[in-house]
Amino acid sequence: MLVHNALGRAEQVARHWAAAGCPVVIHVDRNVPRWTNDVLVKALADLPDVIFCKRHRCEWGTWGIVAASQGASEVMLERFPEVRHVYLASGSCLPLRPVQELIDYLAERPRTDFIESVTTADVPWTVGGLDEERFTMSFPFSWKKHRYLFDRWVAVQRRLGVKRRIPKGIVPHMGSQWWCLTRQTLSAILQDPERAEFDRYFRKVWIPDESYFQTRVRLYATNIESRSLTLSKFDFQGKPHIFYDDHLQLLRRSDCFVARKIWPHADRLYKAFLTDTEGAMKRTEPNPGKIDRIFAKAVVRRTRGRPGLYMQSRFPNEGWENGVTSGRYSVFEGFADLFENFDSWLTNTTGSRVHGHLFAPERVEYADQQAVMNGALSDSAPLRDYNPRAFLTSLIWNSRGERQCFQFGPHDTQDISWFLAKDPNAQISVITGAWAVPLFKSNSNFADIRKEAAQLQKIEREHLNILRSGYSKARIRIWTMAEFIEAPMEPLQTIIDEIGNKSQRRLAEAPKLADLTGFGQFLQNLKNQGMHPYLMGDFPVAREGSSGQQSKRKPYLVR
Amino acid sequence: MRVRRRRRIIRAIRKSNELNVVQNHTDRIRPGDILLVCTMRNERVRLPYFLQYYRDMGVNHFLFVDNDSTDGSLDYVAGQPDVSVWHTRASYKRAAFGVDWMNWLQRKYASGHWTLVVDPDEFFIYPFCDTRPIRALTDWLDNSSIRSFGAMLLDMYPKGRLDAQPYREGQDPLEIANWFDSGNYMITRNQVFGNLWIQGGPRARVFFPDKPKKAPALNKIPLVKWDRKYAYSSSTHMILPRGLNQVYDEWGGEKASGVLLHTKFLDTFGAKAEEELQRKQHYSGGAEYKVYAKQLKDDPELWCKWSEKYINWRQLEILGLMSKGNWA
Repeated sequence: MLVHNALGRAEQVARHWAAAGCPVVIHVDRNVPRWTNDVLVKALADLPDVIFCKRHRCEWGTWGIVAASQGASEVMLERFPEVRHVYLASGSCLPLRPVQELIDYLAERPRTDFIESVTTADVPWTVGGLDEERFTMSFPFSWKKHRYLFDRWVAVQRRLGVKRRIPKGIVPHMGSQWWCLTRQTLSAILQDPERAEFDRYFRKVWIPDESYFQTRVRLYATNIESRSLTLSKFDFQGKPHIFYDDHLQLLRRSDCFVARKIWPHADRLYKAFLTDTEGAMKRTEPNPGKIDRIFAKAVVRRTRGRPGLYMQSRFPNEGWENGVTSGRYSVFEGFADLFENFDSWLTNTTGSRVHGHLFAPERVEYADQQAVMNGALSDSAPLRDYNPRAFLTSLIWNSRGERQCFQFGPHDTQDISWFLAKDPNAQISVITGAWAVPLFKSNSNFADIRKEAAQLQKIEREHLNILRSGYSKARIRIWTMAEFIEAPMEPLQTIIDEIGNKSQRRLAEAPKLADLTGFGQFLQNLKNQGMHPYLMGDFPVAREGSSGQQSKRKPYLVR
Repeated sequence: MRVRRRRRIIRAIRKSNELNVVQNHTDRIRPGDILLVCTMRNERVRLPYFLQYYRDMGVNHFLFVDNDSTDGSLDYVAGQPDVSVWHTRASYKRAAFGVDWMNWLQRKYASGHWTLVVDPDEFFIYPFCDTRPIRALTDWLDNSSIRSFGAMLLDMYPKGRLDAQPYREGQDPLEIANWFDSGNYMITRNQVFGNLWIQGGPRARVFFPDKPKKAPALNKIPLVKWDRKYAYSSSTHMILPRGLNQVYDEWGGEKASGVLLHTKFLDTFGAKAEEELQRKQHYSGGAEYKVYAKQLKDDPELWCKWSEKYINWRQLEILGLMSKGNWA
């Protein structure tokens, strides 16, 4: 048992092992002050089968831990000749099942060595990219204390292509440092006449405790079962996850014999698992998958996070969002101008939440004229414009599970344009020039109309340039108004299919098209006043509502 | 940056003579103890529950600065065995809103300790806080080589008028103020200090819908493994050296974080706003309180249809207000 802190707990666990008839050899890290060590030695003095071995200084990733394991193993093999299997544990390990079960289990498999031992090529868990190189480089600098020097030295070796020679006859293997080996295998490793050479080599390997025994065992063992009997989960930095009181039920359902690491103050865990009376614990159906899932999820949460979430501890740089927004949404431009009942029609057809112009200059036009939206988003325009990105991402995040649709147009605040264009979750459908319809219907002076038309056309053109830029990632569809009204059902069907809610039937009912009688003349008037309205496409002057003319028109391409 | 940090520390040392010790039990602080530092003024009614909450959480020692309370706050805390308290009559504003005093106390007593800096109306919530004491968190942070832990300020408010339910001494304020805004926060990065600047919540929604820039900052870094070289720069929103502000992940992942439940909005708030308006000791001449006082006369209701009712930390986690990170 390797111990470096929480010596009180180590004592408890050692007693537990000893009570079940297992001799224990304890190695206390040399970094532990002598008097603390003495307390432990004294506390365990009453147990003849618990002995201490020579202390080494153990720093993570260095040879000390291997030296400690070797020393302790030698003592164990020498002093307790009846021992057949040796289990390497730590002070923060906790036996989950009665020790007798482990003894029986091993007795049934007298020749099996339980040690995780995998070739470097097959190991997915190495952190920092050092797998093969652990064996071919030298590591004179401490990773913990002199990280910079460590990294520089690795870089230098890579650059120069310096490689250490791997001793003949061995193939580097790696795996969990917690093993359970038979006397035969372990003594073969320790008593090999060439051990000194191997030791000299491994002394400079990076994290030798994960490779020394794992590699050498391949030379001697006859029957390796490549898994660790110790349940140990690692986080994304390669540090072991820690178990707390609230993991009690989870650990009960593990099928492993020993778990690590246990938080030293987890009183309930120690109480529950270190019971003397056998079978005091209710046996439950093992379900080790659940533990795996929980810890795998934690790692994903830390490394990938929740897509589309911006919060106090997740604020990704551009390009690293892993989903700029948390869900798909649709932006409609020009539809509400062209169709009279577009909002209600879209709600009925798709079942999604259809807002008005979310970026209207006066206030946020939420669906149903609400003043506040999911997540208590305010309808204040200054608040929204203060940080439009935050506004939109919050809206999408708050309404997870419900698709959001909203209108957009050249009247609206345009700051969000780039964001929309770059978001793959956005479905943007544009009918260019449709903003002219409300103008056409308005009762303003023509000079004002002309001025406004020019301005809106300019804004929309800039917006279209953004949508058509090489950076845009949204699903963008653009029609000119003339193009669209020629056959409105087909594009509508495409959009609705892509939203993909509700029925997959063909659209039965189209939204009601605004009355465009005289629109062609209106555009002509604009032209006559010296403006060039081109975004709406080509409308003939005399289009007096007769549908027969539609077929003659050609699509107009916008440059 | 080093100069700025130095300046803050020198300021703290200079301002330290404003503090008069009333009760100094700091000799009872043992290595590894978790400390809490707090500046207060007239918070007598809140203190019993406050102390109980943090004692239950596992805080070992409290360091208070009493800014000339007149309601017996000082006498109350001075009677407690695990409390050290200093008294001052000096200006809160000129001590950088209490930061100088706290920097001094932390420099002197908190070096090497995990230190929580909160106000009497702030309740710290962290992942698994219902099953694990705060030491589990700090041990885990130590293990992961993390020195600072962020916790956003979450404004809590009651349903109905603020003064409808009076707060009784010893009561859990969350019984009254148990609603919050779940998703209207705005974040920008402070390029100079590297921290996030978070605004939003009910205060932005109700008090500052037209001047969002003025809305109060909600980002906080209340839990730090203190070192004498550290210094808070602006309340607990920013800290120097800058690396400590990196409580968020920039590459898509989530770091672990908590929340400070801010129970300012109780029936006591009206009087407080009135008083602070007179004293003008708060940020930008108490402009914030000016707005409060004006608005509160008309319609002191922060609750809205989309307010969320507080249940527990898991709810806040799911809503995306805090995160477990890779702590499981």
